[in-house]
Amino acid sequence: MNFDFSDEQNMLRDQARRFLDDHASRKAVRAVLEDDTIPYDRDLWKGMAELGWTGATIPEEYGGAGLSYEDLCVIAEELGRSLAPTPISSSLYLATEALLHAGSEDQKQAWLPRLAMGEVIGCFALAEGVGAPTPKSIKAAVKDGQVSGSKIPVADGDVADLAVVLARGDGALSLYLVDLSGKGVSREPVETIDPTRSHARLTFDRAPCEPIGKQGKGWEIAEAVLDRAAILMAFEQVGGAQACLDMAAEHAKNRYAFGRPIGSFQAIKHKLADIYIAIELARANAYYGAWALTANGADLPVAAAAARVAASEAFNHAAREGLQTHGGMGFTWEFDCHLFYRRAKLLSLALGGERRWKDRLVGQLEKRNLATAEVD
Amino acid sequence: MDFNDTPAEAEFRAEARDWLSRNAEKRVPGKTFKLRRGEEGLIPLAREWEARKFDGGFAGIPLPKEYGGRGGTRLQQTIYLQEEAKFVTPPPVFGISHGMAVPVMVAYATEAQKQRYVPATLRGDEIWCQLFSEPGAGSDLAGLRTRAVRDGDEWVVNGQKIWNSGAHYADLAILVTRSDPTVEKHKGLTYFFVDMKSPGIEVRPIKQMTGFSNFNEVFMTDLRIPDSQRLGAVGDGWKVSITTLMNERVVSGVRPAPDFNDIFGLARDLQLEDGPAIADPAVREKLADWYVQSRGIELIRFRTMTALSRGQQPGPENSISKLVGSFKRQQIAAFGMDLMDTAGAVMDKELMPMRALFQDALLDSPSGRIAAGTDEILRNIIGERVLGLPRDVRADKGIPFNQLRENKE
Ligand SMILES: Cc1cc2nc3c(=O)[nH]c(=O)nc-3n(C[C@H](O)[C@H](O)[C@H](O)COP(=O)(O)OP(=O)(O)OC[C@H]3O[C@@H](n4cnc5c(N)ncnc54)[C@H](O)[C@@H]3O)c2cc1C
Repeated sequence: MNFDFSDEQNMLRDQARRFLDDHASRKAVRAVLEDDTIPYDRDLWKGMAELGWTGATIPEEYGGAGLSYEDLCVIAEELGRSLAPTPISSSLYLATEALLHAGSEDQKQAWLPRLAMGEVIGCFALAEGVGAPTPKSIKAAVKDGQVSGSKIPVADGDVADLAVVLARGDGALSLYLVDLSGKGVSREPVETIDPTRSHARLTFDRAPCEPIGKQGKGWEIAEAVLDRAAILMAFEQVGGAQACLDMAAEHAKNRYAFGRPIGSFQAIKHKLADIYIAIELARANAYYGAWALTANGADLPVAAAAARVAASEAFNHAAREGLQTHGGMGFTWEFDCHLFYRRAKLLSLALGGERRWKDRLVGQLEKRNLATAEVD
Repeated sequence: MDFNDTPAEAEFRAEARDWLSRNAEKRVPGKTFKLRRGEEGLIPLAREWEARKFDGGFAGIPLPKEYGGRGGTRLQQTIYLQEEAKFVTPPPVFGISHGMAVPVMVAYATEAQKQRYVPATLRGDEIWCQLFSEPGAGSDLAGLRTRAVRDGDEWVVNGQKIWNSGAHYADLAILVTRSDPTVEKHKGLTYFFVDMKSPGIEVRPIKQMTGFSNFNEVFMTDLRIPDSQRLGAVGDGWKVSITTLMNERVVSGVRPAPDFNDIFGLARDLQLEDGPAIADPAVREKLADWYVQSRGIELIRFRTMTALSRGQQPGPENSISKLVGSFKRQQIAAFGMDLMDTAGAVMDKELMPMRALFQDALLDSPSGRIAAGTDEILRNIIGERVLGLPRDVRADKGIPFNQLRENKE
């Protein structure tokens, strides 16, 4: 057993942190927050591409960096900590994963090298408005190689070049690739609780598309892709939660009330200890997820759902109570607490809400139980 | 025990309800006044509402008629507020004016000042703000440093306040200052009211995490306040402040949404995987918890009413309403968004259930747990004043303000 990252991975973490401190400072994050016309930090994205992050897990034969999933997890945690405003989760965790997981050789050749370079941004178009999508609810439909329908919200849909779209063709759900520069595509930015991450409504009106993955298995493939993304995103969430805890602990040491640092009050001490506990539980589940992702074993769905449930809880909790620890300052625009509070909620909704992942976790545990006749 | 009104109470309630139904719109789930607009935009509407209430005889219900009140009872006031909560009314722009300034003026101002300020405030002509908190004194209000020095018939005030809601549009302010730094911190405070247009006051709005600027920094430089505007004795500012803060509670029927009815409405209308959200046992469980909290708070108000109707002071149980209510609101907002799934993150009013009430509330709700006593301070109050637990060790006990470690040069 070796439940830790390697020395090389820790070096990668240090390198990532230094790079993000320089290129994804809070000032840079705020530049995206405060300007509606800037969907993401293009310079940062370029820098990430140069470091090979945009194609981290893409094999070298397709122009990627060929890093392991564990390596990418290390980077993701740092991305979460810095709040880096880029489309990496859409492009790498989702669209690229769909291609790696389900794409044909031609599709991989066509898209992966450009995704790896960061020249092309991918997105994943599943949700169709308010409420949980289900195999029955998806309305987007494909006829004669053309897709029609509306997807909202699509993270980075306003800037993406390529969309992986879940739609109904011949009555069954399949995944499709849509070149967003093609005809029949219109996009409209959508305001969300976290303006540092851009979202859009994608409307397809007989837009040319091509199937990806086994036809009729769109829902299953989408779930597999979401499982993989959930683990990577869990690291972002853990990183974000840790940043909230660090800020709150720092404030609790320096802020005086009643002649004492507020951190000397047990109300605050226990609050921060509870955040720490939530983060460590989430981190442990995320680490296990990282390993399961690398091993790609049968336990992946359970590990993914557990990582996601724990990480969503930890980040939301840390952001909410970290803000509370700051008192009036926490409620200001100028302090960074709200950036994390917004991002925490956004990430816990991004791949489907907490309620749904909890349900999925227990559902997967039941399945595993049936298969092995035990729950460990 | 009887939860029904007495005949007299019922009569007053019917009168209030009748007046409200002729003057305001009935509240349905998801319907509120405040929707992603700065407070300023709502001031004309709020003023108009207060004036209408004043003319209808429902402003300052327990206050004497000569100050523009109804000459009624606090019980009637509570009944009115219960009924008002069922209608859509403007947000509490006048919360500080009516909840804090009016009672403190009635208790401490001169007869002429009462005549001059109280009716005008009740009618909505004048708006007040509260200049209490400072950068170094929030929870620990008595640690404030704004200095007031006597100069003949006047006081000269220098210092800075912060987080002052509505100071950018207020006409008047209640202000607490340090008049004597050589005594223990609670003892050297003096309380005033002041015209916000006085020379020496500078107001700078602070942007809140919602994007609005409803609170401010207020700088006072050689601000001159006539001694006649002092409320309470010199050095009694703490006592007067406490009176003010005690009054901070029930001044408006507006309960910030979303509350139980809103999440109940959402759960009824929203379709999940296998039907309406309300059919899902996990959703039902949350709804049940929020119902007993909401209803509990409401019933506690009945207990308060009982005390009032007997002419007694309400008990300490009142202090839990804000604590429970504000955290509940944050949790309801978060859960409502979760029910909407990925699209729960969208802020667009046209696209979202109840015009993005839940999304707006997620961003606004942290304020409720901080303003007017943080969650932690309210729990301390329950522990110490209600349960009689030993008080926290006070690092500053018995030490003159200017000898405290953080105040020494
Ligand atoms: C929206 C809003 C509107 C406001 N409007 C006004 C206004 O109109 N006028 C005005 O004067 N003020 C106003 N305030 C200020 C408000 O009263 C203070 O923010 C509040 O009292 C907390 O003080 P603080 O911000 O200095 O936080 P701090 O006192 O620094 O508190 C920081 C953290 O420490 C905790 N803490 C402090 N002391 C203790 C303790 N003894 N035990 C345990 N925990 C403790 C707090 O709970 C909090 O979590 C407003 C605030 C907000 C958010």
